[in-house]
Amino acid sequence: MRHILAVLVENNPGVLTRVAGLFSRRGYNIDSLSVGRTEHPNVSRMTIVVEGDDLVLEQVTKQLHKLVDVIKINDITSEEYVDRELVLVKVGADPAVRGEIIQIVDIFRARIVDIGQRTLIIECTGDEGKISAVIESLKPFGIKELVRTGKIAMLRGHKFTSLNEFKEEE
Amino acid sequence: MKMTAAKALLQCLKEQGIDVVFGYPGGSILPVYDALCDFPEIRHVLVRHEQGAVHAADGYARVTGKVGVCMATSGPGATNLVTGIANAYMDSVPLVVITGQVATTMVGTDAFQEVDITGITIPVTKHNYLVKNANEIPLAVKRAFHIASTGRPGPVLIDLPKNVLQEEITYTNPTDLKLLGYRPTYKGHRSQILNARDLIMKAKRPLIYAGGGVVSSDGAKSLKKLAETISAPVVTTLMGIGSFPGDHRLALGMVGLHGTKYANKAVTECDLLIALGVRFDDRVAVDFKSFAPNAKIIHVDIDPAEIGKNVRVNVPLVGNVSTVIESILENLNNKQEDEWLELIEEWKAAYPLRYEAGVELKPQFVIETIRELTNGEAILVTDVGQNQMWAAQYYKAKGPRTFISSGGLGTMGFGFPAAIGAKIGSPEKDVILITGDGGFQMNMQEFGTAMEQGLSIKIIIINNSSLGMVRQLQKFYCDGRYSAISFHKNPDFVKFAGVYDALGLRVREPGELRGALEQALSTDGPVIVDCIISEEENVFPMVLSGRPLNEPIEG
Repeated sequence: MRHILAVLVENNPGVLTRVAGLFSRRGYNIDSLSVGRTEHPNVSRMTIVVEGDDLVLEQVTKQLHKLVDVIKINDITSEEYVDRELVLVKVGADPAVRGEIIQIVDIFRARIVDIGQRTLIIECTGDEGKISAVIESLKPFGIKELVRTGKIAMLRGHKFTSLNEFKEEE
Repeated sequence: MKMTAAKALLQCLKEQGIDVVFGYPGGSILPVYDALCDFPEIRHVLVRHEQGAVHAADGYARVTGKVGVCMATSGPGATNLVTGIANAYMDSVPLVVITGQVATTMVGTDAFQEVDITGITIPVTKHNYLVKNANEIPLAVKRAFHIASTGRPGPVLIDLPKNVLQEEITYTNPTDLKLLGYRPTYKGHRSQILNARDLIMKAKRPLIYAGGGVVSSDGAKSLKKLAETISAPVVTTLMGIGSFPGDHRLALGMVGLHGTKYANKAVTECDLLIALGVRFDDRVAVDFKSFAPNAKIIHVDIDPAEIGKNVRVNVPLVGNVSTVIESILENLNNKQEDEWLELIEEWKAAYPLRYEAGVELKPQFVIETIRELTNGEAILVTDVGQNQMWAAQYYKAKGPRTFISSGGLGTMGFGFPAAIGAKIGSPEKDVILITGDGGFQMNMQEFGTAMEQGLSIKIIIINNSSLGMVRQLQKFYCDGRYSAISFHKNPDFVKFAGVYDALGLRVREPGELRGALEQALSTDGPVIVDCIISEEENVFPMVLSGRPLNEPIEG
């Protein structure tokens, strides 16, 4: 089963190496990992999608906790959450097919962010399913280049994975 | 107070109560060695190879329970420490390792003697720091000692670039460690303690399985109280030797691959396994699925990741082993299961540790004689291999921190430098090294260190002119096709002692042993006793691969 872990880490040099190294060293499979700063300048947040049964997840979580730089781990998989990915797709777009592409972009509420002579760059955000659907729809026009972020996710409602809440707990 | 960062580093060590550092100088760490001249209260033990420094700091830490400190220069100095760091990591030994680094302006340029030691040691340290801002040194050092010595202990490395060490800083003793993500649990969960007590009272065949966590939490007294209160026999891991008196009526000795048959039978037949500061390592559990098949398991460990890692448990208890045992003992009634204890006594009588005494000098006899002559009051340090297993089986250590051995990593060459650290940490005790001709030759250059420091270490070489444990593996698993296990040219170890003006003695026959050992023990300074044994000698009992734990071959 795939699990989404929201992990708060101290923003120290090497923290990404420590986390990524832990996964490879212990043989855990990362589906995706995305990392960025949070509202606190010293704290970064990683969203890690990891494949494994409950036993594996228990070990992943416990081993992550042993890293001194890891502040908090939340397995949000079983909760209500919002998740998003971002993709940029450069498609072949001769004038003859541009209209059709623009229609697809509208349907998915994506955006065209660059127009070249023979290409378009399309930006789309959404959950994994939507991103895959957009990519499928654009395939027939010839995908010249594609880049997508890993998943980021956040709990819905009055539930948090944040340092503030962490401090309140104490 | 204004001072160079290098001096601030030593000031920090002083404030941590450090009075001995094991190390080897070099270019990048020059500023620290320069500052050392102004700190006569810190004893620096100059080794002959950096590996010696880290193992010595390790031995020192195991004997004293304090943090061991070692240092080396950048590049090869740092990489030479790696084996020793990994060794300490596997056995949860608190170390602070200080390495020099090339100047921050040169980092990343493949400069002379540059190596990414923080990168290299991530998997084998509890944590590490590369300090680029001189003002952060006091905080880094304070954090390093805190992390190394609390929770599950382990090594922490601090990498210090040369130009950072040379900077002038205003020294202040930091008060706030600001470690958001590091807060070990010490007290066991209340309801799980009740569950544990409940299982203990219901058990008909309780057994205690004690490991290194009992020693490192200073829990030997608590363990003895628990075992006696509930009359539970105790098996120990290699790391747990000394956590329970080896000559106690409830002691079953070591469990596992080369454990006693009665210890292994007890594990297989118990209905409650009280696992204290252990990690169900593959040398003990052998096969995770069939380990203690009839037992409910209570697992106490300070590291939550160890609980449920290899074996499913019924009562998980995260906390300091000693503290948790004391909590369990509150309101715990005395009990005794006579049938179980009688069965254990039957097994002890039926399957004792044994060897054939004859005209040949036997390694088991060597260990037994040492036990007798020292009354088990000495600190026994071992190397790795057959010598280690015989020592573990026959020494029957009395107390914690008196049996020092490389468990998890199984590092040949560990013994001698660890004995140096042990003697420095515990100068009033006899320190006896049990080593092999293979392991001793891996770090025998430290004989110079031992002489220089005036350390009365008794080096017992169990000499079979071969790599006995590998030979034994090849005998059983490679149909006796022996490959690369014989040393056709060993040095004369008696002469080797002689070239350092130390005493060397050779023992070939059982009758010569006692006299030689007595002479060694009453001589000041390092002594080598070269005990010549047959290369045919094997360690028994031995659980063969794929066989059940309770059915070892007994020779």
